[in-house]
Amino acid sequence: MFCEKVIELIRELHRMSDGQLPAFNEDGLRQVLQEMEALYEQNQTDVNEAKSEGRADLIPSIKLRHCCLLRNQRCVTAYLYDRLLRIRALRWEYGSVLPANVRFHMCAEELQWFNQYKKSLASFMRSLGGGEGLDITQDMKPPKSLYIEVRCLKDHGEFEIDDGTVILLKKNSQHFLPRWKCEQLIRQGVLEHVVS
Amino acid sequence: MDTQSYYPVQPGVGMEENFLSLDDILLSYERLPVRTECAFPRLGFLEKSSDTQDIPEGTKMELPLWLSKGLYDRKRRVLSVELPKMYREGWRTVFNADPKVVDLHKMGPYYYGLGSQMLHFDSPENPEIAQTVLQTFIGRFRRTMDSSQNAYNEDTSALVERLDCLEKALFRSGQIGLHGFQSWEKGQASQLTASTLVLNYRKRKITDVQP
Repeated sequence: MFCEKVIELIRELHRMSDGQLPAFNEDGLRQVLQEMEALYEQNQTDVNEAKSEGRADLIPSIKLRHCCLLRNQRCVTAYLYDRLLRIRALRWEYGSVLPANVRFHMCAEELQWFNQYKKSLASFMRSLGGGEGLDITQDMKPPKSLYIEVRCLKDHGEFEIDDGTVILLKKNSQHFLPRWKCEQLIRQGVLEHVVS
Repeated sequence: MDTQSYYPVQPGVGMEENFLSLDDILLSYERLPVRTECAFPRLGFLEKSSDTQDIPEGTKMELPLWLSKGLYDRKRRVLSVELPKMYREGWRTVFNADPKVVDLHKMGPYYYGLGSQMLHFDSPENPEIAQTVLQTFIGRFRRTMDSSQNAYNEDTSALVERLDCLEKALFRSGQIGLHGFQSWEKGQASQLTASTLVLNYRKRKITDVQP
């Protein structure tokens, strides 16, 4: 049956419903495009024959292949679009720098899209707050205090805070830090928020 | 349970399909028994049981929903779609008797979605199908909601295994609400947590390293 290949792509995304980005399936996508090309060419020959020899009985077959073309088109669009949604989410979960193993799963165009999304978001955030800019990825949960108690879950090296002090983030050490400085690190699982 | 920034495209409601929704694409992949009302020349290879060059008129075969929907035409009879067994009279009686005992995951898993999609094909039984699908949902909803709101910190696999995809999604959002409320009650709502996506990535990284 036609359009079986493209379902594999869709399934791949559907299995990872938590928003993880599977590797870009270039090979699968190429196979789908090849199938579409074959369908299109067959339809062309049948259309020409139906026109020149007046064979109206070919029309149902042409219609069937046309449906398959539309279906492939829909699935490929959905595949690419869903991946973009996931990539956009990564910007909010990881911050502007992605770890290599995540970046590795994107194709060149997706990396380009990610960079442009980053730029648009950054210029939007700069335009807010009366010329001073406002980081809207901060404070997803309303803050209760400016400083919070955090514990290090792994060695992260040196870390500089606003007043210029440098702290060493060593595994299992506990610190009292400005909230806005460590929010990102908490999301990334480097620090843990300790609530007393 | 954490706030997520990935929101997939939601499936369409009722008879509508959402073009970009992965769920709807998988739903329209479900196969329907159909009977061809005209010949399809040069496509004989699609029908495995015979090795003719064409698909002759009157062949009974299974086609995916998306193809049946695309080919179906009220005026020009290209194919007629038959009802899958769970929407036929016999099963409808079962559903009407007690919807709670049926394993919709095994029957479907897109029982409601496919049922609504069947209404695209003019069948004299359409009103009954719609009625049964609706009544089944109403009959099962209370239990789905109850269990999703009360199963806290326990294994939910037994509760969800017999649910349809739509019911599973409802169950999940009920659970998210329950967990959110519980963590608010414990005063943990303002605690900053690591992103679940990041954590899941790390989990996978460890398994990748191990052979």
